[in-house]
Amino acid sequence: MRGLSDLFYKRPGALTAMLLGPPLAWIGIVYIGSLLALLLQSFYHLDDFSGIIIHEFTLSTYGQLFESSNLQTIGRTVAMAAIVTITSAIIAFPIAYYAARFARGKTKALFYLAVMMPLWSSYLVKVYAWKLILAKEGIITWAAGGLGLGGVLDALLTLPVIGGSSLSFSYIGTFLVFLYIWLPYMILPLQAALERVPKNYIEASADLGATPRQTFRTVILPLALPGVIAGSIFTFSLTLGDYIIPQIVGNSRPFIGQAVYTLQGTAGDIPLAAAFTVVPMLIMGVYLALAKRAGAFDAL
Amino acid sequence: MTHAVSFQNVTRHFGKTRAVDDVTIDIAQGEFFAMLGPSGSGKTTCLRLIAGFEQPTSGTISIFGEDATGLPPYKRNVNTVFQDYALFPHMTVGENVAYGLMIKGVARADREASAKQALDMVKLSGFDQRRPAQLSGGQRQRVALARALVNEPKVLLLDEPLGALDLKLREQMQEELKHLQRQLGITFVFVTHDQGEALSMADRVAIFNEGKIVQAGPPSEIYERPRSRFVADFVGSSNVMSPEFSKSHGGPEAWVSLRPEKINILTGDQKVVSNQFNAEGRITAIHYQGAMTRVVIDAKGTRLSATLPATSKALAEGQTVRFIWAKDAIVEMEKA
Amino acid sequence: MRSEAGWGLKLGAAAGLMFLHLPLLLIFLYAFTTEEKSFQFPPPGLTTKWFATAWFDRPDIWGPLYLSIKVAAIATLLALIFGTLAAAALSRAKFYGKDSLSLLFILPIALPGIITGIALRSAFDIMNLPFSTWTIILGHATFCIVVVYNNVLARFRRINSNMVEASMDLGADGFQTFRFVVLPQIASALLAGGMLAFALSFDEVIVTTFTAGQQSTLPIWMLQELIRPRQRPVTNVVAIIVIAVTFIPILCAYYLTREGEHTGGGGR
Repeated sequence: MRGLSDLFYKRPGALTAMLLGPPLAWIGIVYIGSLLALLLQSFYHLDDFSGIIIHEFTLSTYGQLFESSNLQTIGRTVAMAAIVTITSAIIAFPIAYYAARFARGKTKALFYLAVMMPLWSSYLVKVYAWKLILAKEGIITWAAGGLGLGGVLDALLTLPVIGGSSLSFSYIGTFLVFLYIWLPYMILPLQAALERVPKNYIEASADLGATPRQTFRTVILPLALPGVIAGSIFTFSLTLGDYIIPQIVGNSRPFIGQAVYTLQGTAGDIPLAAAFTVVPMLIMGVYLALAKRAGAFDAL
Repeated sequence: MTHAVSFQNVTRHFGKTRAVDDVTIDIAQGEFFAMLGPSGSGKTTCLRLIAGFEQPTSGTISIFGEDATGLPPYKRNVNTVFQDYALFPHMTVGENVAYGLMIKGVARADREASAKQALDMVKLSGFDQRRPAQLSGGQRQRVALARALVNEPKVLLLDEPLGALDLKLREQMQEELKHLQRQLGITFVFVTHDQGEALSMADRVAIFNEGKIVQAGPPSEIYERPRSRFVADFVGSSNVMSPEFSKSHGGPEAWVSLRPEKINILTGDQKVVSNQFNAEGRITAIHYQGAMTRVVIDAKGTRLSATLPATSKALAEGQTVRFIWAKDAIVEMEKA
Repeated sequence: MRSEAGWGLKLGAAAGLMFLHLPLLLIFLYAFTTEEKSFQFPPPGLTTKWFATAWFDRPDIWGPLYLSIKVAAIATLLALIFGTLAAAALSRAKFYGKDSLSLLFILPIALPGIITGIALRSAFDIMNLPFSTWTIILGHATFCIVVVYNNVLARFRRINSNMVEASMDLGADGFQTFRFVVLPQIASALLAGGMLAFALSFDEVIVTTFTAGQQSTLPIWMLQELIRPRQRPVTNVVAIIVIAVTFIPILCAYYLTREGEHTGGGGR
């Protein structure tokens, strides 16, 4: 043992290599290897007549992405991701701000747990909970009826595009579930960013004559922005790639995730499925590059 | 007699920077040796080279005559007191002190007894069941000292050990460290950026600048005969005079240094005596400093400062005065 | 400046927290409803019979439950080993490309799960690897490594690097230093990372649908019940079990790591 220890002393690089080797091999071979395999598949194409995948290099599969139904799927998904991101930032702000600025000691721990628990609790259970809530015979319909707002709910559901036969078969429902499930991912980085705003900045701003409202707008908000961007990386990316939520709550028009799932499963068109997954990867690549420039990674 | 530590042309590069640049020095057995210099001057790297945390890029280091190059820290009979003490937070004070003995395989009862004894020596009897987090800074420092000394090292390395303590405690620890060193007879190598600390504690001081030792010698020699402007400025404060100024006031034609306390200001009835030089200047500032008063004088463009006993003279800013210094107070330097 | 929060802020924070927590309470309520064909609110009556039904009359639950526990246990073990090695290597060394490497280790949770899933699926296809428990574990371990890595890395950063030097200075070699100084200080982070990894694996559905083939883990069983419900309240009973199995480790992990750091990064 001492001999090995001496070797590591003389060649610290040997120790690093020995530590790093196994996990790097795992991530490199299992994960990156798989990603590359996927990427490779996207350059093949499915023969429409025989249903066989032709293993020749072609860009025609990427061409298929530009068919109008596929473009609509992409547009729909990106729009949903954007709306979910913006709404979650708005809802997250008061929670994060209160937790960062005013909560102390026990309250603070409680706040942290109150955000952590929904974040880590079962994804499917959470989706299922919303299936219960949004059902036609469920609690929302009951509450709306009890408050005499049944008419409002019906009017909302008759709206074009976002409406549907019931909340659980409409985009409103899909949106609510996305919002619910990704909200904690926005709160935590935002709170971290707000916590890093030193208290004396706020005092300095007040000292220089700013009202609390002005201080909030000119000091706190700009400094919290990297936190919002960091949070939006999660909310955006997770919405782009999800296929279970829209399958369980929503109408039949697909999102990217569902398209990928159907294409690789029942349709057997793995090349097109692979090409579809490149879309969120590209969008996230651009998004991450922009976020990095805005300094959001420090808030992660 | 073999040297406790000996550096032969030791160089240590970090990438392109030469943290230690061709250092050759011998530290004698039983010596209290201080490495003094500004931050980034290479003194800490030298200490880490002795401990074995770093390896020289070139040159050799020997400890008690044995070549230590390539020897890991756990094979050197040298122990370190870290700047932030580096006590293990998950162990009690007693376990911390006994750690080195445990690693050596000393039986539990024996090492506990030795740890108790070491704690007695640093005046922390009865603290062995506490956790480091429950101690004050000064107490942690003593634990770190006991943890190193219990192994009976041949050389004890101290990395800015007093830096984190407040002034009172620091003075007290200086005395205790010096006492411990005399009592144990172990070679102490001590890194500091505080010149007062180095001068008061060490038998010999090495002044570091930019990876090199620029001067080494007993404290009085370093203070009285600085060989360069850097040393003159870094150790205490000093008035550095150009060759022209020196020559026109009776000194040698060379860069010279003159300690502020060696300057005196003449009052009405006093006369210049034969073994004194003198010059005339205008007082530009007077700083009251308690026991002393520092007077800044402008002598035709050359700025000099003089420290005088506080209440001795009635002086005013703007006043023109004649000031004197003894001929042998001038120290000729090798370079500016 | 205000030291007390305004009413608007308090109201906003409270409403947000209620939005996060009320839905989960409904899961509990519906486990006791007498109505099994729809999600009628308020429930027409309350009963505890579904717990008995789930236990005695639904043997289809046990297989998936057993598989989920087995997968989570093995994936956690693998993640503990690989995640700790990676964290140790990247926390101590300085070398070119270190930042890209740390990005690489985060990638499995940064990219959407569906990408991980379909990528693994197509790799299995290419290598003609038949679906088995191990294909599920392969996928789970990949993102569990990230959770352990994050937790342990955060702890390594908090350990003073002087500690390792101090130990070696006192005569301990690398292995002794690891055993007596490093391991005791990262133990609670390991435990926390392991628990989070277990909870994450136990609950994972997105990647699993791609790597399981015909096998059913508990989340896949739930997904099937969501799409084609049989006895709806039984699904709630299972949901409560899932909540219990994931909440407890998460709570423990929180208490193990709360001193000065937050449980690493979240994300799935």
